[in-house]
Amino acid sequence: MASYNMNQVRTGLKVLENGEPNVIISCDFIKPGKGQAFTRVKMRNLLNGRVNEKTYKPGDLLEGADVIETSMQYLYTDGEHWFFMNPDTYDQVEADAAALGGAEQWIKEEDICSVTLWNGHPILVAAPNFVTREVVETDPGLKGDTSSGGSKPAKLETGAVVKVPLFIQTGESIRVDTRTGEYVSRGKT
Amino acid sequence: MTGDAAKWRPTAGLTALNRRAAMLARLRAFFAERDVLEVETPLLSAETTLDPHLEPLSSTVDAPGIDGRRMYLQTSPELAMKRMLAAGSGSIYQVCKAFRGGERGRWHNPEFTILEWYRVGWDVHRLMREVAALIETLLGGSRRLEPATYVSYADLMRRHAGIDPQEASIQALRRAVADGPSPVDTSGLDRDDLLSRLFGERVEPEFAPDRVTVVFDYPASQAAMAQLNASDPRTAERFEAYVGDIELANGYGELRDPIEQRQRLERDLASRRGTGRPLPPVPSRFLAALESGLPPCAGVALGFDRLLGLDLEAGSIDELISFPIERA
Repeated sequence: MASYNMNQVRTGLKVLENGEPNVIISCDFIKPGKGQAFTRVKMRNLLNGRVNEKTYKPGDLLEGADVIETSMQYLYTDGEHWFFMNPDTYDQVEADAAALGGAEQWIKEEDICSVTLWNGHPILVAAPNFVTREVVETDPGLKGDTSSGGSKPAKLETGAVVKVPLFIQTGESIRVDTRTGEYVSRGKT
Repeated sequence: MTGDAAKWRPTAGLTALNRRAAMLARLRAFFAERDVLEVETPLLSAETTLDPHLEPLSSTVDAPGIDGRRMYLQTSPELAMKRMLAAGSGSIYQVCKAFRGGERGRWHNPEFTILEWYRVGWDVHRLMREVAALIETLLGGSRRLEPATYVSYADLMRRHAGIDPQEASIQALRRAVADGPSPVDTSGLDRDDLLSRLFGERVEPEFAPDRVTVVFDYPASQAAMAQLNASDPRTAERFEAYVGDIELANGYGELRDPIEQRQRLERDLASRRGTGRPLPPVPSRFLAALESGLPPCAGVALGFDRLLGLDLEAGSIDELISFPIERA
């Protein structure tokens, strides 16, 4: 991979720090009128999400990380790994629970997910922003109560538990925002 | 419009343009009242700074009688203004553009507006008070500042970084920098680089946002063009003025000794050579002016855009200048 000098460093760049892939989330140029210039770089570790800050001198280099974000189709899980396929090349990759990071409770076969690959291996899987899923378990609730704004937990076919309005019944499909885990509406089907 | 298509537009809004014009008017009134003469000197000159931490931009000039001469955009008007002082101008000021290669960030643009002035017959402490007065006057319309505070470099470093800048070993300085909240690989950093880093990381964030902080008595190794303190030559008659952690001004009790000035320039050249940086010529006209005699004086340079930024409570220099370098 390419190296980046301090004039090339910018937000969004993927770099290696201590051998792990990071994304740069901010960089500040610091230069006293009389004195050495520095660049203060804040980066998020793509493996563990931790934010670190380091300061670099003008001659320092950052090594680029081979990180790409791509759309892949979810195939299946064997309980330990989740398998995804590139819909153009049919190449398959397997992601572990750390890469899923909770996405497994939303996704269903054939969903198109955003998969971040580092050196070709998935390190981060994001479920589609919105999914429609069947409710497999929820308390019956009171019929006709559509206005009180009350809510109850409902378990989805993929495993997630979301808060839904009281009128939602087992067997119905609902639309959910996977980023917040919030109920959006009744599903179309 | 998005992307390149919108880049013809200025980044500064109309408010900023109006406030800049008003602040320039107040600035000129400030110096007119005090009988300081406004001057102009060339932005493009055959002589430039040799400061190892500044990168002058240069151009090749062809004109009748001038065949391919390498000339430099000034990093500050210091050299030319001192030539005027040596020629008997009396106290002078200039507000103009200055250029520094390699500098771009939230508060940096390679081209910026600088205010520089010299007080003939003044000592550095008197000028420090005038710098605070100017900042307070120019910001007076938008914010009420508490009275300025004056504190020595060594006191601040001891208080906030736990470091005695004269006594601390280079190992202790390296450790302090490496242990900071934003660690640096300290290889290749010299004593002054480390001190400068500690000052920026530990001291500057402690400055009060609502007053001018003037820091004086910098270490002699960071004297730049200041004369050394007669009472303690380990320190120099150099000061900086801040509002909050924004560095606004850098001033000196000016070095007048041409021999010492030449030695410092040679040291700067050696440092530039050691790090493989461009080597502009030794500024011989400037040195000749010192040999002819610079009157006792104190001088200071102030980042005008940043002062305007404080006036407008802006978040970056881009809000203050019409076209930053990417749009210039």
